[in-house]
Parts: sequence; structure tokens; C-alpha cells
Amino acid sequence: MHIDWPRKDYSQVPFSVYHDPELYQLEMERVFRGDCWSYLAFEAEVPNPGDFRTTWVGDTPVVVSRSDDGQLHAFVNRCSHRGAQIVREVSGHCKTDHVCIYHRWCYSKKGELIGVPFRRGLQGQGGMPADFDMKAHHPRALRLANYHGVLFGTFSEAAEPIESYLGEFGTGMIKRFMHKPIKILGYTRQLIEGNWKLYAENLRDTYHASLLHEFFVTYGVDRATQKGGVRMDDRHRHNMNYAFSNSDTQSQAQQAYAGISGVELDRMRLSDQKILAYQHEFADGLNLATPTFFPNAIIIQINNSLSSRQIRPKGVNAHEIFQTLFGYEDDTEEMTRHRLISANLVGPAGLVSMEDGEAIEIVQKATRRETASHSLVEMGGLGPIQNLEHRVTETPIRGFWSYWSELMGVEPEGGIR
Amino acid sequence: MTAQFTWEAMSFLSKYGMLLDQDRLEDWVELFEPQSEYKVYSRENEELGLPAPLMWCDNRAMLSDRIQSYRNVNEHNFHWARHIIGMPHILHAEPDSLHFQAGYSLFQTNLEGETRTFSVGRYDFICDRHSDELRLKRAWVIADTGLIKTLLAAPI
Repeated sequence: MHIDWPRKDYSQVPFSVYHDPELYQLEMERVFRGDCWSYLAFEAEVPNPGDFRTTWVGDTPVVVSRSDDGQLHAFVNRCSHRGAQIVREVSGHCKTDHVCIYHRWCYSKKGELIGVPFRRGLQGQGGMPADFDMKAHHPRALRLANYHGVLFGTFSEAAEPIESYLGEFGTGMIKRFMHKPIKILGYTRQLIEGNWKLYAENLRDTYHASLLHEFFVTYGVDRATQKGGVRMDDRHRHNMNYAFSNSDTQSQAQQAYAGISGVELDRMRLSDQKILAYQHEFADGLNLATPTFFPNAIIIQINNSLSSRQIRPKGVNAHEIFQTLFGYEDDTEEMTRHRLISANLVGPAGLVSMEDGEAIEIVQKATRRETASHSLVEMGGLGPIQNLEHRVTETPIRGFWSYWSELMGVEPEGGIR
Repeated sequence: MTAQFTWEAMSFLSKYGMLLDQDRLEDWVELFEPQSEYKVYSRENEELGLPAPLMWCDNRAMLSDRIQSYRNVNEHNFHWARHIIGMPHILHAEPDSLHFQAGYSLFQTNLEGETRTFSVGRYDFICDRHSDELRLKRAWVIADTGLIKTLLAAPI
């Protein structure tokens, strides 16, 4: 596999990367089964022995399960016998063992094959070969890392330890969100007819945030004029867009956005303002924090709405965004209500997030027959990929492509890292 | 009496769906009491006992804001909507209120005529009665279709 990168700094991206089915197959191997960690779920979703939740690593179905000794396990949700799904529920509690319905092969909560009906045959007839060894036929297990209640998994024995993978930046941000026990508030799902990497790019594109999502600007939730910036880890694979609440003025914003077609600050006023209310809850003063973790996740704070989003590729042309909304165990009833009202901002119907679905789909449609051409990722400068103290930039997108290319083995000669 | 309640609920639902399908969202909002609730949430969350909504407006002003935002601020996929609403089932009737449920299907058709099933689910409505007219006090839309295609901008 070879990609003809127009530039070594990934400031131009060939459209073929969103459409090539062979490339998709390869990235399921080299990215999602490569030397990186994928977000699986929150520990709070499987609090008790026997609890399980299904999830995805790329397009591989995975079960996260807690065994009777309290340990967490992740294994591929496929029966070793004929390949059927073992666990069919989305989540739940398993009293004894997981049993595949097809021929009732039985798996422990640790994901080990522990039972094969009629293994010895009946009355000396039939049965499996005498040397059949159940231990050699466990479903493929993932290495699982529980970092402060956020669960990551990898298929790779060579993947670095989770702390070093997340880096100082990623570990710091997870500790920030997970500083006390969380409470799951529910899920949303969005199916976007576009390649999964368009969403990964979107999460690294701070340029679009206040232009596509006009609600952000109109109500000052997030404007490029606020004090803020973008941060990345040393390898530029993870990134974060951040902003401080109330750090710009209405007149600064009016001046900055004057003349931008389609964005107007005073287009409408809300008759009920509580959707915008922000109660300070983090020591760092940020009202917007969006740490994104390569390859498949983001934890996102917009005011008091907190959630994770997991990218689930569904073939080369589609992906699902699975969002988990959360609060904290010690939230008052009033605070939970406020978080649920704030949830109007995010998700597939989110006032500041719904547009991503449409933006990605129109890129996928318009680039299908233009795969020899390329996009421009030049906002914020060319050359080195570095942290910035402003947000009129697309630089973290170049960071994504740099690390993706390294894993895929498709870096241009002298490609920057 | 049940026949009359059913007829009332049917008439109300047909108006509800017609206003949405004709994009008369400002008129649709007038079907609500000032102090009322509109909530769209997935059946997945309902069955898990989890409260997260897709949309939640806890009074009519907030619902009007949603519509204003839809009209003026948000971008969405261009489409026509078509609601097909099933027979209502009356759960509870009082002289001044009516509680009923009905199944719905919502199709979206893009501007080149391609139709997709966008959402199916059920309405769980409690209406106040004002002389001959019903007005929504509580509109819960429980979507079986938790997987939202593209995005959800206009109300269901």
C-alpha cells in the first residue's frame, strides 16, 4: 500500500483515504489492531461481577466483562466454534457463564472457553477429537487498561503502557474528568454516511467549531475570540481544543465575525437562558475541553454537559458515533437535571453538534469521484506540528495523519512527525 | 365515551403530524401549554432506566427557542418530513385531561425524492382540555430508532 502524499507535512490529504476499500481493510489491521489503544467503555458501566457491555474496536465486536474476582476482561465477541456472536445483548448482567445459542458452547466471564456440549459424544459415539483442547480455543482476548475508570483495549502485545500512550496531556485530562466517581446518564447514537476518519479529523478541527456550529458563536459558548488554544501529545496523535469561559467580550467577537457570511452574533435571543447556564466545576476554569484520543474517542465538556464519544467504523462509507453522557455520583438532583438540560447542546440533536453529521456526509458525497484530488489543511500554518495558543487552526488534523501514516506504514519519505 | 376520547386524540394527532409535515413548526408549538414538557428520548435509555434525552424542553418558551434555532442558526440536511401516526390508545381520561399513546413512523425524503425511514417509536401524550380543544401538557416521544441517521434537527 502506498499513498501519494502531496506534502510531507500532511497539509494536503488525498481524498482516496476516505473511499479506498483496501485501505479500510488495512487500517482495521494496522490501526485498530496495531500498536495503539482504543477506548472501550467506562468502568462505571460494568460495576459488579458478572456485568458486561458490548463495544467495538474498529469494526471488531468486543465484550467488556467483569469476572467474579472483580477483574475486567475484554474479548472478541465471536464463538470459537462456528463464529456466532456469543453475547447478543448490548449490555447486562451474566449470572453464570456466557453461552453461545448456536451449539451452547460456554464461555466464562473472563472470556475463556469452558464448555462444549457432547464433547465426548454419546455412548461412545461422536464427540470432538480426543485431543481437542479448550484452552487452545479461547476467543481472542484484548489487553485491557483501566486508566482512572476509562477502559482502553489493544490487540497488540507491543503497544506501549497506557500511561505513556496517553502521555502527560492525556493522563492529565482523564484524571481531570475522572476526579471522582461518575454516574452514567445514558447513550445517544448517530449514524453518519461518511468515512470514520472524517469524524476523527472533525474532532481536531478547531477552525470549523465556531463557523459550522453557529449556536456556539451566537451565544458565546465557544468563539475563536475566547482565550484558548490547541494542545497535543508529543506524537501529535491526541489533541485538545480548549477555551476559558467569559474570556472575550461581545464587541471583540462582533468585530471578528463581522462579514463572515452565515454567522451572525445577534441573530436570535433565547427566551429561556438556562440551556447556557454554566456552573464552574473544574479547577482549571475551562468551560470547553475536548481531549481526543487516537484513534477512536473523545471526552467532551461543553459547559456542564459531559460525555464520551466513540467512533465505530461501519465499512468504508459510514460510522456510528456512540455517545455516553455522564455526571458524578455526588451530583445533586438539581445538578443532574441541569446536566440533562445541557445535553440539548450535544449529540445527534445537539444545538452545537448536530451539524457535524451533515458536514461529513456532504464531504463523502462530493469527494467520491475526486480521489486523485486532495483537501487543504493549511489553516494555522505549514511545516512543524505544534501546540498553539489560538484556535484558528487545523494543525491537529495534520498530527492525526502523521501518526496514522506511521501505523499504516504509508509515511512519505521524510514525512514529519 | 371511549369512542369520543379516541376521536379527540385522533383529531389532535392528525393536526400534530400535519403541522410538522407542512413545516409549520411555529403553529405546532401552539399545541403546547406554556408550562409543558417536550422530550425525545431513545427506547434504549428508557429500558435501561437512564434519563439522557435527545431533546428536552421543559417549557414552551424553550421549545420555541429550539424552533428558532432550527430556523435561523442550525444547519441540517434538506428534507421533507412525513409522519404516519397510528390509532391512539387511551390510557386515562378525566373531564379536563386526556392521556394517550400512539405509534408513529417518520419518513424523510430528500429534495431529489429519495425516501428513508428516519424514526419509528411511540408518543406518550398528556393533554389538557380547554372547552373543545386539547393542548399538550406533556409530550414524550420515545424513539425505537435510537440510531439517528445524519442528525435530528426538527421535532418528531
